[in-house]
Amino acid sequence: MRVEIHSAPHIKADNGVVKIMRNVVWSLLPLCAFFIWQYGVSALSSLIVVTAACLAAEALFLQLGRQSGDLGDWSAVITGLLLALTLPPGFPLWMGAVAGFIAITLGKAIFGGVGHNLFNPALVGRAFVQAAFPVAIASYTPSFMPGRLTEFIPSSLAWPFMAPQDTSAWLLASHLDGVSGATPLARWKFEGVVASSFDLLTSVSGHMAIGPSPLLILLCGGYLAVRGYLDWRIPAAVMGSAAALATVMFAIDPHHYPDPLFVLFSGGLVLGAVYMATDMVTSPVTPKGMWLYGALIGVLTVIIRYSGGLPEGVMYAILIGNAATPMIERVSQPVAFGTAVKRKEKQS
Amino acid sequence: MKLLNFLRGEAFARGVHPPQHKDTAAMPISRLPFASRLVVPLSQNVGRPARSVVQVGQDVVRGQPLAEADGFVSAPHHAPASGVVEAIRLHPTSGGPWTDSVIIKVHPGSPQAVEWEDPRDLSAMDADELIAAVQRTGIVGLGGGVFPTHAKLRVPKEFPVDTLVVNGCECEPYLTSDHRIMVERASDLLAGVAISRRLLGNPRAIIGVEDNKPDAVEAIRALLPADGDVTVETVPTKYPQGAGEMLIKTLLGREVPPDSRSYQVGAYVQNVATLASMGALMPRGRGFIERVITVAGTAVARPGNYLVPMGTPLRFLLEHVGAPADAVEVIFGGPMMGQAVACLDAPITKGVSGILVFHGQDLAPRAERKSFPCIKCGKCVESCPMGLNPSMLGMLATKRQYDAMAETYRLGACFECGSCSYVCPANIPLVQQFRVAKQVLRGSEKAA
Repeated sequence: MRVEIHSAPHIKADNGVVKIMRNVVWSLLPLCAFFIWQYGVSALSSLIVVTAACLAAEALFLQLGRQSGDLGDWSAVITGLLLALTLPPGFPLWMGAVAGFIAITLGKAIFGGVGHNLFNPALVGRAFVQAAFPVAIASYTPSFMPGRLTEFIPSSLAWPFMAPQDTSAWLLASHLDGVSGATPLARWKFEGVVASSFDLLTSVSGHMAIGPSPLLILLCGGYLAVRGYLDWRIPAAVMGSAAALATVMFAIDPHHYPDPLFVLFSGGLVLGAVYMATDMVTSPVTPKGMWLYGALIGVLTVIIRYSGGLPEGVMYAILIGNAATPMIERVSQPVAFGTAVKRKEKQS
Repeated sequence: MKLLNFLRGEAFARGVHPPQHKDTAAMPISRLPFASRLVVPLSQNVGRPARSVVQVGQDVVRGQPLAEADGFVSAPHHAPASGVVEAIRLHPTSGGPWTDSVIIKVHPGSPQAVEWEDPRDLSAMDADELIAAVQRTGIVGLGGGVFPTHAKLRVPKEFPVDTLVVNGCECEPYLTSDHRIMVERASDLLAGVAISRRLLGNPRAIIGVEDNKPDAVEAIRALLPADGDVTVETVPTKYPQGAGEMLIKTLLGREVPPDSRSYQVGAYVQNVATLASMGALMPRGRGFIERVITVAGTAVARPGNYLVPMGTPLRFLLEHVGAPADAVEVIFGGPMMGQAVACLDAPITKGVSGILVFHGQDLAPRAERKSFPCIKCGKCVESCPMGLNPSMLGMLATKRQYDAMAETYRLGACFECGSCSYVCPANIPLVQQFRVAKQVLRGSEKAA
């Protein structure tokens, strides 16, 4: 009889890293399908190209060595899908490829791979293209355009290093009234038009230039939270603090500031709160820290939206939250057993 | 009492819920036959090894003392079967090291009846005499602590104990020996509780039982004395509910501060198997020669709760329960905190509460045991019953910053329950890292 010796504990919960990542990918698939339904072949190509670029970059750096993780751990797929979901659907595909490559390279590989990065890789990629291609990243197109399932949004197919085709002629040619490529946040910021928050929540009516439905995002995130693959505290803190600050501002000046529901459901707040801020590697490990971190992101988002030059602030808010994570963890260590201030004893 | 009912269901914070696998819970205690040779190590517990009092070649009868305690923190040992002392020599133990052991060649047909006892009137004894009587039984903490029970019973006078917490949680998966003892030997248990209460100044006693053992609660309740000084409370089934500090927290709402003993918060914890042995052995002045052990695991053909003579070679027991001869993992104790056995010739000793045998691939497939870097999911932080940050401790261990682990992140409070390693999706051997760190720190303390 041969015996094997292992260190206790001898049993393990059934929840490996790869299983968690795979489940996150599953939960993203309905969002991708919704995105494709909204924007057709352009969205589909963007998802594929960006994800392929992420995988290519991951494969390259794994080949170069000294990286943790492997191609089969699904982490690069998550980065690619999330990144594509935050880009405008008509974003030139070659720029999407750049974004994906940069996301893995500067967002993860230079830190040493899975588990070592400081910032959410998808947002690093997006921040890069926001700076490199400021016009393209701000060029949104309306959803549910009639020919979307068979033809590309013209800007998608721009040649590398060439200015993308202007989409206004394409929009005019659609002969749809009241259609605009401006996002609801941009229309609020620059035109003072506040969209219906119910329409924003479902994202199925009209031709708004928006991403997948916040309702669907909450459902998919809810699945992950129930399975224990996502910590509910972070989205709760992000959305709670953003709503709280928006409510206060709305109470002070309802003409100048939008209602809190608009703030919650417009732009990328829900996607950021549920899928970006919750990235395990770049968020705090302590429960108290998660609340602090989420609250910081929610408040920063609203401040950037209200007083910044850009209509959207979720991305920078989360990146700042990532940067603050080590500091937040330092002040939010759990209270060790037996060291708390003596609480009231149970009586018998 | 009402308030306590209201608060029932509230347990210590965090912890984990591993699958229970209590498949042997309904299997009555059955006797394991004698092996042809029994090996009784002189050192089986915390404290000094016992001193042999027998000669090679001497005949011994079942129950007769083989070795006497050497000082106060030390326990005697008795002959588990009638036979002849074949040798007193070094013999391997389960962990690997060899230790001085009395080897008995068992007479064929050695009787099951105990042939040696030294009954004395317990009611006439004062505290010191009673503690000496506990010591004569050779009982040690059977929950795995293996600290001599009589020594633990001497609580410093300046710390009055108001509650004897009787630990019937048995929170480790697979193990059911305490469960069967509560069901089948509740009267012995209550007798042991009565003796312990006498020594502790007659505090109330609360028997804490996890709510997955309703038949044990019933069996004890049926025999409780009417005065109400001894009660049974069900506590939520959650690992590690059976850790003394956690049970005190759940039952009394008190937290034992770091580097303190439970009596400093007025509580004294004793395991049900230990107390049941006291109750069974002390009135008749017998020695501790056998204990109930759960034998389970996927590689065991005949699992069950066996009354195992001390010193039984592990190999003999494995053959008896039908464990196959291919690659296996043998664990003394539960799957969360138990120790993998390195040597199958090792004898079964007083501290063994369970013996689990698995095919190598059954516990966690080896491929799944590949380690990832920490992805900082925080599951370990949410599982640690001591409120530590295992994620941070693990990262510091990787960097060998052992002093920071001890000073800033309270490594010393970790009692290695295994919850963090159990939940870690990255398969980081956290507890193993902590054991190494503690050993290094102990080494540098000695050197200083």
